[in-house]
Formats: sequence, structure tokens, C-alpha cells
Amino acid sequence: MTEPEQAGSERVNGGLKMMSRATYVREALLKNLFLLCAIVAVAAVALIFVFTIARGWEVVKDPGLAAFLGGAEWSSTLGRFGILPLVAGTLAITLGSLVLGAPLAIGTAIFLSEIASPRMRSIVRPAVEMLAGVPSVVYGFFGLVILRPIVAEITGGMGFGTLTASVILAVMIVPTIATLTEDALGSVPSGIREASYAMGATTWQTIYKVLLPAAKIGIIDATILGMGRAIGETMAVVMVAGNAPQFFKGLGAPIATLTSQIVIDMSYATGTHKTALFGLAIILFLISMGLVALVRALSRLNEKKA
Amino acid sequence: MGKRWTNRIALGVLWLCGLTTVVVLGAVIVYVFVRGIGQITPEFIFTAPHGVNAEGGIGPTIVATIYVTGLAMLIVTPIAVLAAVYLAEYAVQGRLVNIIRFAADTLASVPSIVMGLFGFALFYEAMGLGFSVLSGALALSFLMLPIVMRATEEAIRAVPRFIRWGSYGLGASKWQTVSKIVLPSAMPRILTGLILAMGRAVGETAVVIFTMGQAIYTPISPLDPGRSMTVHLYTLAMEGINMDAAYGTALLLMVMILLFNVSARWLAARNRRLKG
Repeated sequence: MTEPEQAGSERVNGGLKMMSRATYVREALLKNLFLLCAIVAVAAVALIFVFTIARGWEVVKDPGLAAFLGGAEWSSTLGRFGILPLVAGTLAITLGSLVLGAPLAIGTAIFLSEIASPRMRSIVRPAVEMLAGVPSVVYGFFGLVILRPIVAEITGGMGFGTLTASVILAVMIVPTIATLTEDALGSVPSGIREASYAMGATTWQTIYKVLLPAAKIGIIDATILGMGRAIGETMAVVMVAGNAPQFFKGLGAPIATLTSQIVIDMSYATGTHKTALFGLAIILFLISMGLVALVRALSRLNEKKA
Repeated sequence: MGKRWTNRIALGVLWLCGLTTVVVLGAVIVYVFVRGIGQITPEFIFTAPHGVNAEGGIGPTIVATIYVTGLAMLIVTPIAVLAAVYLAEYAVQGRLVNIIRFAADTLASVPSIVMGLFGFALFYEAMGLGFSVLSGALALSFLMLPIVMRATEEAIRAVPRFIRWGSYGLGASKWQTVSKIVLPSAMPRILTGLILAMGRAVGETAVVIFTMGQAIYTPISPLDPGRSMTVHLYTLAMEGINMDAAYGTALLLMVMILLFNVSARWLAARNRRLKG
């Protein structure tokens, strides 16, 4: 936010000739240079969109839009590029990670914001932040060597599949959801809390009946962004999902997602196959842009209500 | 069951959530450390892998990782910082600022694999830069741009207004105020943001695998190809060859990331202390 008095003072300076012409020109040039830099962000998004579309739009011709969006088989040897199994795989893993990860993350956020002592907070909060910094290959590696054998014991088979991928992704989305939920809880005015306690409510009653409803939109935003993270996560999924583009056949059965299929196929894809991979990238891009737009619309709704 | 008991059970569950997060992080760190520490020798760090099972060290991958991250940093820092200066100091709220923010948010949430494919299409195919450190750094800079931008903007906004007023009161122009007063006071927090963005870049796989390539090579010129530590770990783990080296690579990666995190934290804490 630019303070009006600053914008005003600039004009006054110019009018009263308190600023030399050279200074004025330099200031204006610099301002436009900064604007240019800010526009780079917009240009970057446009560039990504344009280039992915330029490389991928021909899926409309071959294999054809209906066969691409509605096809139930993804097989490069047969030349069939239907994305439904991949969409189903992404859905299964995302849902699984949200079921496991969202309660854990929201619980952690409530713990940090309402319950933990400052000392406890100074241990848990850095841990949450560092979970966000662990590279996704390391998560994938950890899932591969530790979690996969355990899952194999439980479900039979090799342990590659929905369950392993969901657990790993659940851990990976915890920082996103927890940090944003904590922000949402922190922005609830403390007067509401105090009123609830003053009426004899227990900590849990205050959390459940007062804080969570008050922070609802923020928590939904956090969960949507966590979902975006799960949909877009690539390397960790590739390493534990088993990478078979088939429909859900059980928690322990291999599966593939929109992202993992790109990594697996990219090394050898040519022609239509490669175009189809860029088609997948277009879909992923649209999903993430849609989720961001949704979050922004929700927070605007929230501001209007407040 | 009275409300006291409900309260106790619910709080117990919340405690459990908080502790689980710490335990999970601890488990990942301890496991990688215990299995990897035996691998870390000077030979492992400085020599190149050789043979069918990638015996020996991972030297070239370390060089490639640091090279590509450093180059990306050089590309992204001026643009991201100046863009944030515009948003925090110059911009008037309106449609343009809204679009810029929406773009930055979208950029921050674009899946890294999309970033990788885009980098491949633009820098490899269209610009003919090949699999190279330069392609990798350019693609990574797209990933880092929103992170650095947001950190810088928040840092600038945290600078108290009266400091600016003092500067204007002395007759300083806007740019003088920004460059001599605002940016220096915001510097520690900007650096923290830069360090965290570097951590992201070091840990990134999907972007560099399609832009810098997978060839094990010690890059000298920015147009040389290379294999990052993350790509090396991925390859070793997926092919199941030389798991020992995989553990060693994972440990070195974790150490680098932890160093970035700890130094960012230290910087932030020191800054708080100095401000009192």
C-alpha cells in the first residue's frame, strides 16, 4: 500500500521544483524499471502457459480431445493416451493424503496456536518448517526403503501403490496446511477467546465451538493449497506409487498419477506420446491455477463478510 | 462423560498431533543420518562415480548442484527484489497489482514437473541451450521468483514507517529512501528469504532433470550438462544400484538443507535480537 501522503508529496516536490530535473527523471526511470521487474512475474506465468500449450495443444488433433480426456487407457505401446486412469490415480492419492494429513496438520496448528507453551512451540514450529524443506526425493527415498516394506507386509504385494504414496504425501502437505491454519487461528481476535473462557468453556469447547468456526475459511484455504501441493507433487510419488497407469485396484496395488506418468514417459517419448505428456502438463497447470483462483475468491468472500 | 474428560482427551489428541510432526521429522533425519554417515568420506565427496554400480564418490553432482543453484540465484535475485520493491513501495492498489499478485501466487503453485517440462520446451527445444546448467538455472529461477518476491515484500513492509518519514523529512528522494534506508533495514529478512529459496532449489528434482539432464559430468561452462545430487539420488534409488551411495547422497542433501534452514533461522533470530 502506498501511503497517499507519499504519492502527494512527490507531486508537490515536482511542482515546487524541490527536485532537480535529473533527479526527477532518475526517479521515474527507476520506478518503471521496478514495474518491469514486477511484470516479469506475470510474463513468466504467461510464458509457461503459452509454451506448454504450444507443445501440447495438438492432442486435440491426435489422439483427439475426446480420446485424450475421456480415454480409459494410457499405453504408449498401443498408442492410446487416455488420461482417466491417471486422473483417478491422482484423485486416489490426493484424497488419501488429505484424509491422513489434513487432520494431523490442523491438529498441529491448533496445538501450536492454542495449547503449546512457548518452549514447546519453539521445538514444534521449526520442525514443521523443516518438514517443508526436506527435498521430495528424500521423502520418496524414505518411503521406498522404510515405508514400502511395511506396507508390503500389510497389503501383500510389493508395497508400491496408493497407500504408500498417500502416507508420504500426507507428511509432505502437513507444513503447508499447518502453517496456513496457524495463521488463520492467529488472526481470530483474542477477545472472542477470552469471552468463551469467561463463560466457563473448557479449552476444547473454545477451540471446537468458537475458534474453528471463526477460522473456517482460512482452514479451508489451507486445505485447498495442501491439496494443490499433493496433486502437483512428483518425485516422491514416482518413487513409491509403482507407476502402472491403471484404475484403483486396492490400497496396495500400483497406480500412476498425472505427474508421475510425465517423469516415467519423458525419457523415451516421441511424437504424439510427447505431445500427450505436454497435454498432461496443461491440465496440471490449469488445476493449480484454478485452485489459486478458488482460494483468492474465498478469501475475498471472507474479507467482505468481516 | 463430563466436559472435563472430553477436554482432556481432545487436548491429548492435539498434543499427539504436534508431537507426531516432530517425531516424523526426527525419524527421517535420524534414519538418513545413521545409514548415510558411514559413506561420508573425502573420497565420496570429491571423486566421481565410476563403473556400472556407480562406485566411488559423487563429486560432480555436488558441483553441478551448487553451480546451478548459484547461477539461478544470480538470475533471480535482482528481478525478484526489485519487483518486490515495486509492489511494496511504489504500486498503487489496483488491477495491475492484483494481476501481478495472482501471477506470483500461480507461479508459486505450478507443479515443479510442469516447470520442468516448460523449461525443456523453452530452453532446450526452442532456445537450443541443450541440457545445460544454464537451462537448469533459468528454469529454477522461475521456481524461486515467487518465493524471493514474497519474502522481500514482507521484509520491506515490516520496516517501520517513521523511518521512511524521517528520510523524506530530510529531503531524500524516494529512491534514496528505498536504497539507503528501507532496503538496508530489510536486508536480514531478505537474506533469510533468499537462503530458503536456495534450499528449495537444491532440493528440486523434477525441474533440473529435464533441463540440466542426467549426465554425470563436472560442469565448467554454463552450457555444460550435469546431474544434480537429487537426480543422482533418484536414479540410484530407482535402479536399486548402490544403495549405500544413495544413503550417502541423501545424507549430504539433508545436511545442506538443514544448514540452509539453520542459517536462515539464525539470521532471523539475530535480527530480532539486534532490534531488541
